[in-house]
Amino acid sequence: MEQASRLHTGSGHTVALMGNPNVGKSTLFNLLTGMRQHTGNWPGKTVAVASGEYRFAGNRYTLIDLPGTYSLSAGSPEEEIARDYLCFGHPEATVVVADATTLERSLHLLLQTLEICPNTLLCVNLMDEAARKGITVDIPRLEQELGIPVVAAAATSGKGEQALCIAIARACKSIPAHPDGGRGDCPVHYGPVIERALALAAQALPKAAGQHGTTEAPELAGQPETTEKPERAKQPEAIEKPPKTGQIGGRERKQSMPPDAPRQRFLCLKLLTGETAFARRYAQENGLALPEAPALREALRLLELSGVSPERLHDRVAERLGKRAQEICAATVSVKPDRRSLRDLTIDRLLTGKRFGIPVMLLLLCLIFWLTISGANYPSALLSRLLFSLGDHLGGWLLSLGAPDWLYGITIMGMYRTLAWVVSVMLPPMAIFFPLFTLLEDLGYLPRIAFNLDHAFCRCGACGKQALTMAMGFGCNAVGVIGCRIISSPRERLIAILTNCFVPCNGRFPLLITMISIFFCGALTFPFNSLCSALLLTGVILLGVLLTLLCSRLLSGTLLRGLPSSFTLELPPYRKPQVLRVIVRSVFDRTLFVLGRAVAVALPAGGILWLMANCTLGGDSLLRHCAGFLDPFARLMGMDGFILLAFILSLPANEMVLPVIIMSYLSAGHMVEMASLQSLRLLLIENGWSLVTAYCVMLFSLTHFPCATTLWTMKKETGSLRWTALGFLLPTALGVLLCMLVNALFG
Amino acid sequence: MHQDISLNRLAMDQDARIKALDFSGSERRRMLDLGFREGNIVRPVLKSTEGGPTAYQICGALIALRSCDSERITVSLPESDGGAE
Repeated sequence: MEQASRLHTGSGHTVALMGNPNVGKSTLFNLLTGMRQHTGNWPGKTVAVASGEYRFAGNRYTLIDLPGTYSLSAGSPEEEIARDYLCFGHPEATVVVADATTLERSLHLLLQTLEICPNTLLCVNLMDEAARKGITVDIPRLEQELGIPVVAAAATSGKGEQALCIAIARACKSIPAHPDGGRGDCPVHYGPVIERALALAAQALPKAAGQHGTTEAPELAGQPETTEKPERAKQPEAIEKPPKTGQIGGRERKQSMPPDAPRQRFLCLKLLTGETAFARRYAQENGLALPEAPALREALRLLELSGVSPERLHDRVAERLGKRAQEICAATVSVKPDRRSLRDLTIDRLLTGKRFGIPVMLLLLCLIFWLTISGANYPSALLSRLLFSLGDHLGGWLLSLGAPDWLYGITIMGMYRTLAWVVSVMLPPMAIFFPLFTLLEDLGYLPRIAFNLDHAFCRCGACGKQALTMAMGFGCNAVGVIGCRIISSPRERLIAILTNCFVPCNGRFPLLITMISIFFCGALTFPFNSLCSALLLTGVILLGVLLTLLCSRLLSGTLLRGLPSSFTLELPPYRKPQVLRVIVRSVFDRTLFVLGRAVAVALPAGGILWLMANCTLGGDSLLRHCAGFLDPFARLMGMDGFILLAFILSLPANEMVLPVIIMSYLSAGHMVEMASLQSLRLLLIENGWSLVTAYCVMLFSLTHFPCATTLWTMKKETGSLRWTALGFLLPTALGVLLCMLVNALFG
Repeated sequence: MHQDISLNRLAMDQDARIKALDFSGSERRRMLDLGFREGNIVRPVLKSTEGGPTAYQICGALIALRSCDSERITVSLPESDGGAE
């Protein structure tokens, strides 16, 4: 847990934030820290640990946003991250964020957290949504039942922020605690047999730090003292200080318990469930001694005699936690049956049903594309005209200063014009597509797509959640590859990683849209041309999905053979998206981020390209030499050397393909303004493009090697050069083959 | 009288009580964490395309399972009809 220790700041307070997936944890995190972590309405959005800071009443707090988990039983990587952070990261306090509409499951996690971190408080989020659904949560009663501070919140509207800050400050002891808040721990009673086994194991523990323990036990020689001491000194003190009274075995204990008692109990439980390696580490990191082996054996024998195997013990524990959560819910939550959840169900039946599920999905996709294409047309042309005339002025000014021709060439003709192209072509569609897509995401529609498509993925030996990672790939394939962490089976995750690039990312969208509108829908007039483009683009996406399924099938039949693992997918309740926030967030976070990256690549690439086009070697430019070398092979694929070279040169960023093609063609003749698609069309046709060329370019754009960022992410996620190489070769080979096929059939 | 069936055979919109899980290891833990525990009430509410997953209402949430997985969960039907609505 090096990462966690680094996050732990010296001064100030460190607070862990955790909760079930999709309870608005990230929204709350953003609310407190002001950080713009992207949030979406689907489980598993936070796949890594994020940290942010905020100040309250003169103190600094570092908030650690742990990935959303259903439990701490470490069944998935996220659960392991969350559990390990709680056990070894030593947060001073922990905030469990609960969903007021599904409190029971949140309480299940809370009860587990309380076993590790007694200094925990509960934040019941989405109170507004619960109220709309006729669900009320009795917060004071909940506080009473749990014995910990409980705060009600509605993070999307900013309600409860102040109360939460105060509660966190109290938990960290930076402001005086509430007189009757924070009774501390309140462990769940696991039934007589398990409790006795736990007591047996605990008895064999050395008495903790000279406190008045519950049972006298002889000192142990088994654990060397020296290894514990330094670890212990590092711990924040607040976690040990609060005196607690709690319920053990249903009996009230009025006297204060030793501070180590809950942690010892947790340690014993882990030993009994057979998680020995983890228990050892836990003991060492927390300065606890392990119980004597004979006592442990005795405890295990007791369980065995009572018919409780380690597996059964797990069940019992989960069952008891669940029962307790149910009891607490029964006492604190009241539900008025309402029409709203019925309405949700009706919508769901339409969106996920046999008959309409997939058609509605395609319709929505097509609608988004149509809005994007028709909406981006005019701003794109305007932006292009504006940027190019600005470029002319800049160039005139540069020349009037007496700049040499090569400087003018490299900066204006090379860098600036490439940049202007990238910005004017990419910015408008992205500024429309991203907010629209984010709206769907916030609404909670994406998991429904996974639900609809699961059957297809299942038949290909893959996981339906792959549809979610593909949806992330629309934005950026690197993000999609990271998102594959939500798939729990390693085999299925690898399939999803290797096939993610069949979804065109935003870097490839402009190329596809331009090709479609130039060669296939150019002859039509206004409403029909964008409609035609949207339909064709949907077709291209469908082809991408088909290729994904095909390759998944191929992989699961050959290299990644195996049975599909169990599949569980949560369909979150529909939520009203906050339109304004979505627009602002997606424009600033996604659009500008992606654009920034494109600019960062376009500037140097434009310069290099200009140099290549203008440095001559034996009468021909360097660019021509390279293109000439590739030409024979490219012809087989229905393209030409310049196009293939453009794809290769665009390895750093896919956005570059079209600008590179244009620059290459232009370097031969004279520079024209690329304000209208018509002039681009003329340029391409002048250079021998036909419908087949356009087909092949689109096809190869859909299926070729992923960009450098994505490859690097693949390497990081798989930890293997071999799989990364396959991620490069598989789509490339498929693309080359398909292009050759198309060319042979139609060329 | 009680009748035990596997969860994938439970009729849509009908409540049943979970009786047993035929999972082990981390798969079992995941099921338990999601609320598929002995004694909990489960109700199938959404059905995807033919052969696709089914979404179940459990613990106030909507969880989709494939039929090859829900087949491994045994539920008992209520004695008389009355729990469904």
